[in-house]
Amino acid sequence: MEQTDLLEQEPEQQAPAFQLKGSMLTLTTLELLSNDLAALDSQLAEKAAQAPDFFRDAPLILALDKRQPGDLPDLAELLTLCRNHGLRPLAIRSEQEEELAAAAAIDLPVLPLSLARDRNLPAQPQPAAPKEPELLPARIINSPVRSGQQIYAKNADLIVTASVSAGAELLADGHIHVYGAMRGRALAGINGNTQARIFCQQLGAELVSIAGQYKIAEDLRRIPAWGNAAQIYLDGEQMHIIAL
Amino acid sequence: MAKILVVTSGKGGVGKTTTSAALGTGLALRGHKTVLVDFDVGLRNLDLIMGCERRVVYDFVNVINGDATLNQALIKDKRLENLYILAASQTRDKDALTQEGVEKVIAELAEDFDYVICDSPAGIEKGAHLAMYLADEAIVVTNPEVSSVRDSDRMLGLLSSKSKRAEEGREPIVEHLLLTRYSPERVETGEMLSVEDVEEILSIKMIGVIPESQAVLKASNQGIPVILDEESDAGQAYSDAVERLLGKDIPHRFLEVQKKGFLKRMFGG
Repeated sequence: MEQTDLLEQEPEQQAPAFQLKGSMLTLTTLELLSNDLAALDSQLAEKAAQAPDFFRDAPLILALDKRQPGDLPDLAELLTLCRNHGLRPLAIRSEQEEELAAAAAIDLPVLPLSLARDRNLPAQPQPAAPKEPELLPARIINSPVRSGQQIYAKNADLIVTASVSAGAELLADGHIHVYGAMRGRALAGINGNTQARIFCQQLGAELVSIAGQYKIAEDLRRIPAWGNAAQIYLDGEQMHIIAL
Repeated sequence: MAKILVVTSGKGGVGKTTTSAALGTGLALRGHKTVLVDFDVGLRNLDLIMGCERRVVYDFVNVINGDATLNQALIKDKRLENLYILAASQTRDKDALTQEGVEKVIAELAEDFDYVICDSPAGIEKGAHLAMYLADEAIVVTNPEVSSVRDSDRMLGLLSSKSKRAEEGREPIVEHLLLTRYSPERVETGEMLSVEDVEEILSIKMIGVIPESQAVLKASNQGIPVILDEESDAGQAYSDAVERLLGKDIPHRFLEVQKKGFLKRMFGG
């Protein structure tokens, strides 16, 4: 018998009979401000006359937390009053002990205050503002970059204040600056940053690349900026190499 | 405590051993107790250029393996009082050198000598790495030719990153450039890179420019370091390089095309 029960609980054994889903519903909240049920009755009647469609079978939350201090009106009476005007209270909103007990007595659900959007929240810590992108310091190289050396500036710019030899390779996720002869390879924006640029004082590179788009020396040497100070950037698919 | 120099290049045949022999002899001539260590295990040459090949009994690898003491293996130069040679082994290969062994031997030499000159093998593998690992200063030998310059550039990169000084974060190795087989005539006709070209590409200071000279080959074959041939331009250029190594600032010679004199032109001298 127990065995069968267990088997029946196996989800594979049966087509699911239900599924649970989270959903956001917009509901009207009736905030009770006074404890005077007679006043409530007459004012509700007035409203219902103005907008009968709105009041017909309207589901609603009965909020008790805004009412003036004083004895709680009889909850059952309050519900009846609402129903008389076509309203369908689903739950009360409260955190007063006696109100919670009264609701439990007539089997009425209770919503916690935190669900209420319109409540004046006590000063809560503001959700942390999205962090400003942190500035990673550029990687700075002050000695010549030799053939066979590879320098990578991860998530940063790369600045070389000396010459870069043929056969050397500079890689950066950001921009690359070379304040010396640039004879090696320079690859900027290697993580796909198309805004990265290459600046050099003397363009003699074997290869320049921005975000994967590249040009080799064979093409570069026909450009007027070859051998001079130049800036290299991408404009869409097009690589531009202009004199500085 | 000795200063440890490495003579290196990357490329083979550019004149490392000739330079090691010349500089070592030049330093010894000026009164510095100097030892030349041949790291080119398997392609032993330094002893030939120094003219002591017939006196090699024990070598560098024997000392590392403990088969001989350093005193047994050191060969005293016949010409100069304070010049010694530690020959490489001809029968072994470069794997016979171990880092600990090399460090121990060089440290022992450094106690007795003013200069320890390590003659590096070509290439950038183990032998070359061990030769430069302990160096205080490096002399990078280059020919005025693009592939040699490229290899020297590579070697300069290794000197600044793979040496003991670099690993320990100490002052980097002092780098000097020595240009050999320089021919001003061929530079003028555009066949050869000029001193300025090489200096610009490698961006380090030139310690000497040795002109292409018949004297170098002659000296090698006779087993006499070319620096002892004081008549030759190459010998004089090496002497200048030694002076610069010792801190003197003297101008470079033999960079211009020599104008032939009237008589030479007449008689085709």
